[in-house]
Amino acid sequence: MTGLLNVLVGVVMGLNLVALAGGRLPLLIRTVAVQGVLLGLMPLILEHESPDWKLAAVAVATVAGKGLLIPSLLLRALRVARIDREVEPLLGFVPSLLLGALGTLAAVVLTEFLPLRAEHAATLLVPGALASVLTGFILLAGRVKALSQVCGYLVLENGIYLFGLLLLGSTPLLVESGILLDVTVGVFVIGIIVDRIQRTFDSLDTRRLTVLRE
Amino acid sequence: MNEWLSLGLIGVPLLGAGLAGVWPDHRTRPWLLPAVGVVHLALVLARAGQAPVVAPGAWLGFDPLARAVLPAVSLLFLGCAAYAVPYLRLRSERPNRVFVALLLTVLGLVSAGHQARHLGLLWITTEAVTLACVPLLHFNGTPRAFEATWKYLVVGGTGMALSLLGSFCLGYASLHGGGQGDLTFAALAVQGPELSRPWVLAAWVLVLAGYGTKMGLAPMHTWKPDAYGEAPGIVGALLAGGVTTVAFTAILRVRAVVGAAGAGAVADRTLLALGLFSLVMAALFLLGTRDFKRMLAYSSVEHMGLLSLGAALGGAGLAAALFHVWSNGLTKGALFLSAGNVRRAAGSASMDTARGMARLTPGSAGLMVAGMFAVTALPPFAPFFSELRIVRAGLTEGRGWAVGVMLLGLLLAFLGMTRVVFGVVEGRPAPAVRRSAARFAETAGVLVPPLALLAASLALGLFRPTGLEAAWQAAVAQIRQP
Repeated sequence: MTGLLNVLVGVVMGLNLVALAGGRLPLLIRTVAVQGVLLGLMPLILEHESPDWKLAAVAVATVAGKGLLIPSLLLRALRVARIDREVEPLLGFVPSLLLGALGTLAAVVLTEFLPLRAEHAATLLVPGALASVLTGFILLAGRVKALSQVCGYLVLENGIYLFGLLLLGSTPLLVESGILLDVTVGVFVIGIIVDRIQRTFDSLDTRRLTVLRE
Repeated sequence: MNEWLSLGLIGVPLLGAGLAGVWPDHRTRPWLLPAVGVVHLALVLARAGQAPVVAPGAWLGFDPLARAVLPAVSLLFLGCAAYAVPYLRLRSERPNRVFVALLLTVLGLVSAGHQARHLGLLWITTEAVTLACVPLLHFNGTPRAFEATWKYLVVGGTGMALSLLGSFCLGYASLHGGGQGDLTFAALAVQGPELSRPWVLAAWVLVLAGYGTKMGLAPMHTWKPDAYGEAPGIVGALLAGGVTTVAFTAILRVRAVVGAAGAGAVADRTLLALGLFSLVMAALFLLGTRDFKRMLAYSSVEHMGLLSLGAALGGAGLAAALFHVWSNGLTKGALFLSAGNVRRAAGSASMDTARGMARLTPGSAGLMVAGMFAVTALPPFAPFFSELRIVRAGLTEGRGWAVGVMLLGLLLAFLGMTRVVFGVVEGRPAPAVRRSAARFAETAGVLVPPLALLAASLALGLFRPTGLEAAWQAAVAQIRQP
């Protein structure tokens, strides 16, 4: 099963580069959503003695949260807040891509120097995790819009989740707590929506006030 | 019995939060804050009076480290809670249901964070505190408040993500060393040298970056000036003296494991470097800022630097840092609350607009000046003595140059802060400020809480009960095992 897992991690690493190169917000959001679904499938193909209800729960929660709920919230925010769909990079797409590609390479090299348990040595989980964390940072720091920063945060979080897969099943209440990061993302998005709605009301109110005065 | 008291410290505030959520009356709801504050302080004192014995495998417990820090947070909360009642009456135009409920939630979660003896549980509580603070920062509902909250969430959220990654690395270090998945700090410390060293070092770097962001150590402090500048004074005081201390004890708990793994010297060096960098950066920003609430944020960065520095300077230094948690929390609380009064009266936190406040709000201005001198280490207030101890620890450890840098930083910070505070207090108030101040009544309700906190800081400077000294020493023994 390691082969299949590595293929999935490889696709996730490729999607990182797509996210770095993408110039439109809906594309960025959908890329992150696909990443979320892939991450959700991974616990199911990890090598374990017996099928475990806990792993299944993590898988379902991840697909539902990262793959469906958060992306749909993000798309909704895009609509409700009437945000322009361009990404507006602070750091250009080509430099971002180059940096991301170099980072992915560096992650693979760095992993050679980290001691891994025998059952993890053949997987791409650690380089995938490091590369995603780095991609997340590039998006967080290199994009102007709040929504693209949220996407960056999601990619960063996906990297942490990949690393967490190494510990899944052997350490109670550490990996599972990562779900709170998704809650953080939820707060981000709700914040954007609430703020935009409040401001709309504010401006409506003032307009009405001037109307009354006249 | 002891376990019940420990759980009560968490449960009572959370119950209070639930009660605040369903409390129907807008005007009486804030009274829940001091009510819960009193019960919490009583519980803390009752628990602190007993021996801090905790079952080794417990995930949660009032251990020596919690005993050394949590009473200070409880005292600070009570002061802020007493201030919140008149403050929320002044701000009756804003709904306070969420605000009151979340202040109590923060108290409960901070109590849990200080007592967390498990790597995952510690992270969960810290993350939950981070999220609970978001609506508190946004209380004023202005676009500036939104911007500050956004920055807090992005920077703080990234910090929390990094600390989770660090926790994973520490977990993997344990697994790689043959651990069975028991991630209580006690078990990790017992595993000690068997922990995989590269993973322990990776964990330390990430945890320090992550929880260091929550503490507000430079260069991860960028959220602080905005957050403290836009949030109500109570929230600033609780962040600076309560929430940041959870991140500090989190770093200390991981430091204990890193020390057991044989990398204590590396940990001390990084803490020293980060502490000094924060001190110097904060001092430079203090020389430049013209906003007295942002000044408090930079001052907080400075004092977090002092905590980090103290923790790097051996057992005596760590004891001094724990003392400084108390002296900084109480003094800074007084300063935040009095500055909040001045800000409210003047309608601005900029020294360009707010001038001559000694004439308009004499009580708050006086408290602000006294608090400023106290926090910049004027004897006999507590910060003088805790900082003196850090200096002494530095000299005994042979880190004279670090002490030199620290004293220089303190001097520059003093110059920067006196410049701002006297700029606000002295001079002739502008007509607009006079009109604004005429709407603000300096009642006893908004003066007594900061005065009481300042008095507590003074008392802590003059007499330190032997029990308190013993509590700090016991915490040092817990963190820095030989």
